[in-house]
Amino acid sequence: MVTQAKALMQRFVQRRAKKGAGQDYATSHWKLMYRELKRHKLARISLYILGFFYLVALLGGFIAPQGLESYSGEYMNSAPTKLRMIDANGKFHIQPFVYGLKSERDPETLRKRFVEDPEQLFPVKLFVHGSSYSFLGLFKTDIHLFGVDEPGRIFLFGTDSMGRDMFSRVVLGSQVSLTLPLVGVSISFLLGLLIGGISGYAGGRVDAVIQRFIDIVRSFPTLPLWMALAAAIPPRVGVVEMFFYITIIMAFIEWTGLARVVRSKFISLRSEDYVTAAKIAGVSDLRIIFAHLVPGFISYLVVAATLAIPGMIIGETAMSFLGLGIRSPATSWGVLMQEAQQIENVALYPWKLIPLLFVIVTVLAFNFLGDGLRDAADPYSHGNGAKSAKRKGKRKWVSLKSKKKQLEA
Amino acid sequence: MLRYMLRRTLIMVPVTLFVSMIVFIIIQLPPGDFVSGYAAKMATSGEIMDEQAMALLRESYGLDKPWYVQYFTWIIGILTEGDFGYSLSYNRPVSDIIGQYMGITIIVSLVSMVFTYVVAIPIGILSAVKQYSFFDYLATGFGFLGMATPNFLLAIILMFISFQWWGDPMLGLFSAEFTDAPWTAAKWMDLFKHMIIPVIVIGTSNTCELIRVMRGQMLDEMTKPHILTARAKGLPEWRILLKYSARAAINPIVSTIGWSLTTIFTGSTITAIVLNLPTQGPVMHKALLSQDMYLAGSWLLLMAVFTLLGTLISDILLAWLDPRIRMTRKGT
Repeated sequence: MVTQAKALMQRFVQRRAKKGAGQDYATSHWKLMYRELKRHKLARISLYILGFFYLVALLGGFIAPQGLESYSGEYMNSAPTKLRMIDANGKFHIQPFVYGLKSERDPETLRKRFVEDPEQLFPVKLFVHGSSYSFLGLFKTDIHLFGVDEPGRIFLFGTDSMGRDMFSRVVLGSQVSLTLPLVGVSISFLLGLLIGGISGYAGGRVDAVIQRFIDIVRSFPTLPLWMALAAAIPPRVGVVEMFFYITIIMAFIEWTGLARVVRSKFISLRSEDYVTAAKIAGVSDLRIIFAHLVPGFISYLVVAATLAIPGMIIGETAMSFLGLGIRSPATSWGVLMQEAQQIENVALYPWKLIPLLFVIVTVLAFNFLGDGLRDAADPYSHGNGAKSAKRKGKRKWVSLKSKKKQLEA
Repeated sequence: MLRYMLRRTLIMVPVTLFVSMIVFIIIQLPPGDFVSGYAAKMATSGEIMDEQAMALLRESYGLDKPWYVQYFTWIIGILTEGDFGYSLSYNRPVSDIIGQYMGITIIVSLVSMVFTYVVAIPIGILSAVKQYSFFDYLATGFGFLGMATPNFLLAIILMFISFQWWGDPMLGLFSAEFTDAPWTAAKWMDLFKHMIIPVIVIGTSNTCELIRVMRGQMLDEMTKPHILTARAKGLPEWRILLKYSARAAINPIVSTIGWSLTTIFTGSTITAIVLNLPTQGPVMHKALLSQDMYLAGSWLLLMAVFTLLGTLISDILLAWLDPRIRMTRKGT
């Protein structure tokens, strides 16, 4: 539906571009938006960060030195390995290397810990052979981006209580943590567009019923509701099915917000002159909706969808963290945080908080990107010079104002 | 005004009934029921329950009847006798368990809410008045970070800090020696000491959001012409700020009290599980996992009803604060 709308819009834009009025008038809406977005510094940086994260997730199996199933029982709770260029004798190596690890007992706590053994030196090599995986789902291979020769070990983020490399797991977990919100938002996007559209276009009784229903869905505290729904997932389902169950549960609540945006935009656009003109010209309802109304607010919807993503990431993390979400053998950032539930674990092995860092950075990046998109969504309204700059500064902070207006509507 | 209040309250009745129905359907969703889960648990400890025993157990709990019969018995019980059903895993009436945890849950939620508003509103006003100052950037930075950190993870971090500095991770709400002690001043002190972390954790994300809203609203309000008039007439600046700008700016904050409640319940559920607080969170979690449906359902229902009540209160407050809303609503 969305692609159809996009195609229609592109055709519309192209037609308009051919006429070539003023220079700016010929530029497509998306191009203007992109131009505006590039000016927003934080949003631009966020875009790069997210692009990098998604690239890493896409190439996950290649970048992670270990696979999901690999573990090394003798290296439990090992601290992050330090990459070095200068060895104990002060000699400089052009190729970074790591020291071997030997275990010893802490004289005070008698706990096993790992110290570097300067006798053993393992240079870090590129494109080494390791566990086999399927590259981009296309072909099987066992070449990994980096690694060290046996018996050396490289744990950039340390290991967990089963001796699994945290770096690999963060990378592989990002495949779930980063795609799940996207799929979830797409589902809520469709639902919101459909139901919000019906509500806004039909109006009257249909609108009232749908709005009450949305009110009711929103009146549930999200997490308890998610927990209740997650408890309904059969205990022995496959990884892929589990992923979709969780996605649907997330989307179940998020679509209401998008539906409200769609509805309010429909209502405000419905009475525009050009819509009346189309109606008088005998254009069908469906065509009016998709050719004339949807392109008018799709950019706002993209903004709303972007801002819905952080909530989904946190939701998935929270559920997986409680053991109600993604289950092994699959992993996600929330699953990785499970070990941090015990305070002793965090106190003794602080590197177990590393996945948290990625959650925070991703959520922040999506927030900033959404803010930037919101400023860019209406490129025509921005004049040039001081006025637009002043407006931009202000608009950043009124996120909830639109929410409130919807509430009153 | 009275008519508006009455009408708004009356709408609550069908909505609440509908909510209860949704709750019941959700609770019914998991495959199997309490008895099959119970049988599986018995099987792991070596005792095999035969079909007959299971059927008998189902009959005694009323689980053999179709769902709508179960629903109506449940809802009629609640309405007529305040009977929320029977918790199968605790072997006690649900209302008993709710009574035990409700007090402390409400205290924690209310304190978190007060904390949210007491912190957010002044900071929001200040960072709007001193726009682009160091304080403003600090508040904004904190606001963003607070919104991005999932609050259960914030709980872990604070626990970690507390453990590092004072050697006590402050788990639970009472120190061991006070758990069963009578309510003396020392116990209250202990409770408040333990409540610092939960309240910060539960309140932070909401506080950060409110700071942003308050700041944006204040910036809008401070440039309105009537403020200029007031200033031209020589009113003291603090009075303009508090009596005119802040009063108008607080509007959307009031209207979202209902949502604050939702976030607080959501936040408190998971925070309570992590911090091991004796509130509804862990109870609900356990009830859901063991399919103790009446207990889980009653909690979900109560929380949804509280949220509805919150929305009702904020709607009424808003109509009282802002006559424009009252007037337009009358027409619809």
